[in-house]
Amino acid sequence: MGSYDYPRYDYVRPEALNANAPERHPVVIVGAGPVGLSAAADFALRGVETVVLDDDDTVSLGSRAICWSKRTLEIFDRLGAGERMLDTGVLWKLGRIFHGEDELYNFDMLPEPGHRMPAFVNLQQYYTEEYLVDRVNELGRTEIRWKNKVIGVSMLEDGGAKLEVETPDGRYMIEADYVLAADGVRSEIRRQMGLDFKGKVFEDRFLIADIQMKADFPSERWFWFEPPFHKGQSVLLHRQADNVFRVDFQLPSSVDPDEEKKPENVIPRLKAMFGPEVAFDLEWVSVYTFTCRRMERFRHGPVFFVGDSAHVVSPFGARGGNGGVQDTDNLVWKMCLVMQGAAPDRLLDTYDDERLPATDENLLNSTRSTDFLTPKSQASLDFRQAVLALAKRHDFARRLVNSGRLSLPHTYVDTPLSTPDVDGFSGTMQPGSPAADAPVAFDGKAGWLLNALDGDFTLMVFADAVGREIVASLAGGSPSVRTLLVSTQSGELEDGRVVVDVDGLARERYDAEPGTVYLIRPDQHVAARWRQIDLNKLQAALSRATATGAASTARHAVGG
Amino acid sequence: MELKTDPNIERPDDFYEALIEAHLGLSDEESRQLNARLILLLANQIGDLEVLRAAIKEAREGL
Ligand SMILES: Cc1cc2nc3c(=O)[nH]c(=O)nc-3n(C[C@H](O)[C@H](O)[C@H](O)COP(=O)(O)OP(=O)(O)OC[C@H]3O[C@@H](n4cnc5c(N)ncnc54)[C@H](O)[C@@H]3O)c2cc1C
Repeated sequence: MGSYDYPRYDYVRPEALNANAPERHPVVIVGAGPVGLSAAADFALRGVETVVLDDDDTVSLGSRAICWSKRTLEIFDRLGAGERMLDTGVLWKLGRIFHGEDELYNFDMLPEPGHRMPAFVNLQQYYTEEYLVDRVNELGRTEIRWKNKVIGVSMLEDGGAKLEVETPDGRYMIEADYVLAADGVRSEIRRQMGLDFKGKVFEDRFLIADIQMKADFPSERWFWFEPPFHKGQSVLLHRQADNVFRVDFQLPSSVDPDEEKKPENVIPRLKAMFGPEVAFDLEWVSVYTFTCRRMERFRHGPVFFVGDSAHVVSPFGARGGNGGVQDTDNLVWKMCLVMQGAAPDRLLDTYDDERLPATDENLLNSTRSTDFLTPKSQASLDFRQAVLALAKRHDFARRLVNSGRLSLPHTYVDTPLSTPDVDGFSGTMQPGSPAADAPVAFDGKAGWLLNALDGDFTLMVFADAVGREIVASLAGGSPSVRTLLVSTQSGELEDGRVVVDVDGLARERYDAEPGTVYLIRPDQHVAARWRQIDLNKLQAALSRATATGAASTARHAVGG
Repeated sequence: MELKTDPNIERPDDFYEALIEAHLGLSDEESRQLNARLILLLANQIGDLEVLRAAIKEAREGL
């Protein structure tokens, strides 16, 4: 491949090969894909050392994820890798939808101003992983062992798990209190534990070709239904970094994928698509099929499945990698609190309570897109034709065209960790929502609200001042809660932080009045909110959010 | 809103004639297209998802 130089990470002969007894670690992460690496960075930021085992010694080969959503970028940013992703990634604003020979319509994806992150950026998965590896190494609390393949897993009497690992120099055993199985869709851990992976298998196949354009080409997303150069099928064109474009060709079931993959067959298709004058290099071709499946539960004792090992979706709608990174965002803070003794083990069960519905939402969205792109019945095809025919003239029909929906984060609506509102609030935010971003100033410098929510429980107070005893008692509690004053003027706060709501957007997005407070979780989701600060209510909400209180046990029994 | 099943169409015979006439001279495939487009247009007119769901359910009755 031309445009990208694959890093090779050094394999180091593990010392464990010489040891008589297995080594023991608090957390072992299996898999250095985007999900395992995000988890490692998050643990490191929270002061926890981990071991990452990966069977390879480089980043994701070839073309996979490209579209990283706003919420995922915010998580990467909290982990300290967001800036590079933004710098290298590309933005597109204009989408065009074609049917047959005609352009049906185009749409502008203008992002709402006043957020650090755009709705998404396009960045090849190999870059994403490379930047995460760099960040993990920079944080320095993670030992990534390349070319260490997990080949066996068993449960220990003490509640931990034991893994058997194969290296170029032989095998060894490693034990952990917790294992994160981030070992991808063919998870060996899942297989060895004999766990189900159920759902829909689609017959459809897509051929993906990554090409590097030799001249400038517009930064637009093109989607064709039944183009003249690929009769009866769909084709998607997406721009990535380095002037590399991804083309997805839907393949009819009648063709032989190995035949289709040959450059002598792919190149003429591409030439027919772009016209003879557009010069490009073919970088990568592969054929993929997809399934929409998930495990019944993601936690199995000390083993937690995250990312593709736990669930897979069709690529339409970009919910695979994004959903996986959001899994770790949900899990890691919980695990850290439990390891510190600041929360009981059952907090970890809420990983299932929260991520199962999130996964179902992702599956639902990507299944709907898939059904539109590859209609499964005559009636479904008829309606698609009708939608496309009407879309040319009618806006209402455009809303029905589904070539993949924007990947949005899940709001944990039914979580046992949220405290239901007792005060009135309007707007789209609610307990369980991810916190909204807004431009703010701190220490006189322009910044972003989400950057001030950097990994602890935070009490956001919309006021110009807050009682010092409150701040101190929150900071000294377990878990510790940091106070963030969202003020109209700059100031200082011992044991806390002050940001200035320069444009009033924070107030607007949180429907805040003077005195309004929000309790934000370490993963930047809203746990509770009130119109006035009340330490008793706050303590109750905090107990609930850490699954410590009696109330949360009761709700959990129902929800779990 | 609830799904109306009591008579609501103005001049029912005229409507029925217009519906059948619209299909005149169309192939089966084109007829299916017409029906599908018509459903989408009418659905947009109705808008209310609850009513649409009730109509879909009612239409499936006995099939
Ligand atoms: C064509 C295509 C397009 C896509 N587009 C998007 C998109 O635009 N946006 C998006 O969000 N997602 C997209 N996805 C999905 C995305 O690629 C995956 O969801 C994502 O890679 C999942 O990350 P992961 O870390 O869970 O697993 P993986 O990326 O599969 O990583 C698993 C890691 O575990 C390692 N491993 C496996 N087995 C073992 C073992 N036994 N021992 C040790 N290590 C092991 C592997 O080497 C690998 O490094 C797309 C997928 C495809 C195929």
